[in-house]
Amino acid sequence: MKILVAVKRVIDYNVQIRVKEDGSGVVTDNVKMSTNPPDDNAIEEAVKIKEAGKATEIVAITVGEEKAQETVRKALAVGADKGIHVKTEGVLEPLAVSKIIQKIVEKEKPDLVFMGKQAIDDDCNQTGQMLSALLNWPQATFASNIEVKDNSLEVTREIDEGLETVEINIPAIVTCDLRLNEPRYASLPNIMKAKKKPIEEINVSDLGIDITPRVQQLKVEEPPKRKAGIKVANVAELVQKLKNEAKVI
Amino acid sequence: MAVLLIAEHNNKELRPFTLNAATAASQIDTEVHAVIIGQNSENAAKKLSELPVVKKVISIEAPHYENFTAENFAPAIVKLAENYSHIVCSANTFGKNLMPRIAAHLDTSQVSDIIKVISPDTFLRPIYAGNAFATVKTNDTKKCVTIRPTSFEPCESSGGTATIEKGEAGEEFSNTKFIKREEIKSDRPELGTARIVVSGGRGMQSGDNFKLITEVADKLGAAIGASRAAVDAGYISNDHQVGQTGKVVVPDLYIAIGISGAIQHLAGMKESKVIVAINKDGEAPIFSVADYGLEADLFEALPQFMEELNKLNTIQK
Repeated sequence: MKILVAVKRVIDYNVQIRVKEDGSGVVTDNVKMSTNPPDDNAIEEAVKIKEAGKATEIVAITVGEEKAQETVRKALAVGADKGIHVKTEGVLEPLAVSKIIQKIVEKEKPDLVFMGKQAIDDDCNQTGQMLSALLNWPQATFASNIEVKDNSLEVTREIDEGLETVEINIPAIVTCDLRLNEPRYASLPNIMKAKKKPIEEINVSDLGIDITPRVQQLKVEEPPKRKAGIKVANVAELVQKLKNEAKVI
Repeated sequence: MAVLLIAEHNNKELRPFTLNAATAASQIDTEVHAVIIGQNSENAAKKLSELPVVKKVISIEAPHYENFTAENFAPAIVKLAENYSHIVCSANTFGKNLMPRIAAHLDTSQVSDIIKVISPDTFLRPIYAGNAFATVKTNDTKKCVTIRPTSFEPCESSGGTATIEKGEAGEEFSNTKFIKREEIKSDRPELGTARIVVSGGRGMQSGDNFKLITEVADKLGAAIGASRAAVDAGYISNDHQVGQTGKVVVPDLYIAIGISGAIQHLAGMKESKVIVAINKDGEAPIFSVADYGLEADLFEALPQFMEELNKLNTIQK
């Protein structure tokens, strides 16, 4: 079985986001970038399945500018066998990314595609579901547990009401939740070894698809700030404030 | 052209956020039609027809719609789409799972999780865990939009008399099989709509200690929330998680106990009207969004909090 894992380069989750003064976006220059956190879970799960002898090959793919390749290199360092970097410039919408990955799926013929459930930059939560629709494959989103069976996966999904379990036939798409597993760190020897693993570079123009954005970002602004609150000295004061000042209890 | 609202329900009742999504839909266009897909969902369809903002209900029934599988729902909605300019539903796990599948079938770039309708093609949406707001304009002719339910008031739920039309069921998608759903039953208010939320974090130190939170929540008639750290540590189940990848809540009162206030958690609660933080680390980021901060050991503060609450006689249940 072959697993394709999609990874995205995003601003590191610990970075305090700053909005550009001209309202054109957020500051990304000299800002720490990392792999989108749930994409790390997607890679980890694929590696675990391979270690359990249920997969034979893991291909990591990213779509984006030159530096996006770092995320593929990291995936190779934790256990992916081969990388693909589809090179693009400028704004990419989830619909465009899903069309790009669809092309790669047609070429690579994986049995499974894993990715994070949501990217922490645009918070769209769309790509996996869109890819699944384009391929007419089953989808299991927000996965917190995956059991590999003969020709299917049994996936536990985190939903608002609790948990849901579905069985999806292979080939299939899974979008991973942060609770699916604990991503490992790459060891130094494995980071060195990853440098020798192949990364195939593909220009998006060679795929013959239209990735022109359909949604214009007119303005990015800071959210309204909360006004500073106060510290109370003790519990009695807190309860009095809540009752008499805020009038919420 | 009209707006098509996708109703969320449990085959018996409408899920409450359908009312919030209906409000958002009616701000896009006054002609709102609602589609309800399920099995034996007549009662929920009737409730939908009673929403005054809904002008027509389309009810589609089939056994394979019983469990709300997106692979079954999407083609049925796509079939209706030609009559509509917009397709709208809530950005909760139901809508997040379903809408992108519809959008991809329609070759439309979805706009996720809007918090404001600026015009029928322009919306405000949070990005970067709510640390920035983006104004976006979609140029697609068919617009697929998910709405953040807590950013829109629920619409009136009675007085409407929309007609209920039967819609045509699609084929079953055979490669996805529903196995089971484990819903956590509780007599408490729902986290997403509760007036008061009491949340615990890693500072609770164990699942057992969450009973301190439960007591306060029971006393206040509040829902129970949690940070991701507390859910990851197994103190409480995932349906309680508040934050960027959990639920977004906007209660009148949010009490954060033993929660440091990571960016991802703040994303889910910082729009709350009044925020209280109880934490022994005076430098914890949660204090930067708290209206009332109490720097204290929660294991001392919570029993005292219960005592003080017990002294008050005017607490709303």
